[in-house]
Amino acid sequence: MSYMKVLSFSMFALVVAVTLFITYWASRRTKTATEFYAAGRSISGIQNGFAIAGDYMSAASFLGIAGLIALNGYDGFLYSVGWLVAYITVLLIVAEPLRNSGKYTIADALAYRLKPKTVRTAAALSTITISVIYLLAQMVGAGSLIKLLLDIPYEFSVILIGSMMILYVSCGGMLATTWVQIIKAGLLMFGAFLLSFLVLLKFNFNVVAFFNGLAEKYGQSFLEPGLLYKNPIELVSLGLALVLGTAGMPHILMRFYTVPTAKAARTSVLWAMGLIGSFYIMTTFLGFGAAYFVGREAVIATDAGGNMAAPLLAQVLGGGAGTIGGETFLAFLCAVAFATILAVVAGLTLAASSAFAHDFYVNVLKGGKADEITQVKVAKRTVVAVGVISIILGLAAKGQNVAHLVALAFAVASSANVPVIVLSIFWKGFNTGGAVAGIGVGLISSIGLMLLSPQIMGSEAALFPLNNPGIASIPLGFLAAYVGSVLYKEKTAEERFEELFVRANTGLGAE
Amino acid sequence: MWKEIRESKEFKELISQKVKFLVPVIIFSLSYYFALPLSVGYLPIMKTRAIGSINWAYLFALSQFFVAWLVAAAYSYVASRKFDPLAEKIRQQKSGGEQE
Repeated sequence: MSYMKVLSFSMFALVVAVTLFITYWASRRTKTATEFYAAGRSISGIQNGFAIAGDYMSAASFLGIAGLIALNGYDGFLYSVGWLVAYITVLLIVAEPLRNSGKYTIADALAYRLKPKTVRTAAALSTITISVIYLLAQMVGAGSLIKLLLDIPYEFSVILIGSMMILYVSCGGMLATTWVQIIKAGLLMFGAFLLSFLVLLKFNFNVVAFFNGLAEKYGQSFLEPGLLYKNPIELVSLGLALVLGTAGMPHILMRFYTVPTAKAARTSVLWAMGLIGSFYIMTTFLGFGAAYFVGREAVIATDAGGNMAAPLLAQVLGGGAGTIGGETFLAFLCAVAFATILAVVAGLTLAASSAFAHDFYVNVLKGGKADEITQVKVAKRTVVAVGVISIILGLAAKGQNVAHLVALAFAVASSANVPVIVLSIFWKGFNTGGAVAGIGVGLISSIGLMLLSPQIMGSEAALFPLNNPGIASIPLGFLAAYVGSVLYKEKTAEERFEELFVRANTGLGAE
Repeated sequence: MWKEIRESKEFKELISQKVKFLVPVIIFSLSYYFALPLSVGYLPIMKTRAIGSINWAYLFALSQFFVAWLVAAAYSYVASRKFDPLAEKIRQQKSGGEQE
């Protein structure tokens, strides 16, 4: 075995060993439902900020964005911007009211004033759909990545990642998931910082010289918008889905229930924004750095989608292929990417299983009457089921485009979840009819328009002109939630609004 | 009981303070953000170089990060100075009224 392989395997093994140890430690502290779903609300604001960052920055953003920038220049950077600005929506609109009025899931806040069984079923359906689509994107990405890094077959990688996430989540619950995410966030920030530092070092920390160098090598047009997106409306539509979608992402929202108060939820968003923003600014150096030092042709030659841009950059900056420095840095970056994938899939699995076990099984089927032991047992079994299903889907989806799946997850979250969450917290006239219509229409329109888009049907036959459905499906979701509420009369929903509104804004009676 | 709190002076004050801050800030943030795709898409002037080869389109995109951080910091400042004390007062009044 070559030096490179031994090194890669040992770094991967280290990541696995550390995370397994965390899981073992957490499993002894996870007995009740609150401990399983919300780490006993014992996570501090700063810790949760790191965990949100770790939950959010997927392999798609680490490897995908660096690749997009390396290949398409400026346009790739627009993703980075949207992914940070999204947290303004989360901070100003949903984080604190949701923390004040819920227990474990999005549906908890809805069930307060609406018909619990109906809205829990609807919200569980959209949560599971979003989580599974996003999970699928991560699994497919992970499978191809590990194949590229270690030359392990795709199928084996998917099964490995799936089994690891089942183990973390079912044994260690939210506590293990949180610490895996915190460590991953630290590793990712360190890796991105080191790479950016080394890129800038080559230019004596003169950013202007760096950009001038890029313009010399690839022409000024590489730094200008328009290489990837010809249609500005497409960019607006993508921006809408990114900026609103995060506020409907179940695995992110669930994190707010792990902190003790709404104020801690606020602190955690501030920390997350600091980390996520710094990281995405650094994608400039990772992506453009890869274009400059590795070269676009070499990046494409290794992976047509550009996903290997950041690891290849590490190899070059460490001293080049075949050198000890280069191979070590490459192996380190690959281990970081592996930890990144594990942290995100664990968060998603927990979100999907809480929607099924807590919302559907305990509250709909059992009418809320289940003791702690049963609740945790059902939750763990659901984790295993979700894990097995995503392994099977991951195997079936081999070769699918990861970016499309990620865009779809954000589109569904922004169209199906966001209208219902926002209207439930702020509009008195909202009711069960509106929730069901909003979630239903949001789900169907976002997925339907995606199926009719140029990237699925081909640009000639496409019935919907944009690849990102957000600009149409988000207003449709809001409209359906409004019309549904007006048509369906429900007096209790209006009466209970008083209570939800006071709770959401003051934290009275918050758990 | 909820209706009582809902109609109390403190709660109304809290909501009016929140609305006064949040509505303009949300409108500003979203406008600033969507100005980016629209301007880089439709205004060729954004391709003009500003410093060396760095163009306005890149500087505008970069400014988004700092504006988002500033908005978050402003919100945090206002929330802890104004919203939190009012919410705390309402919580205390309620627990006092119930003699828990």
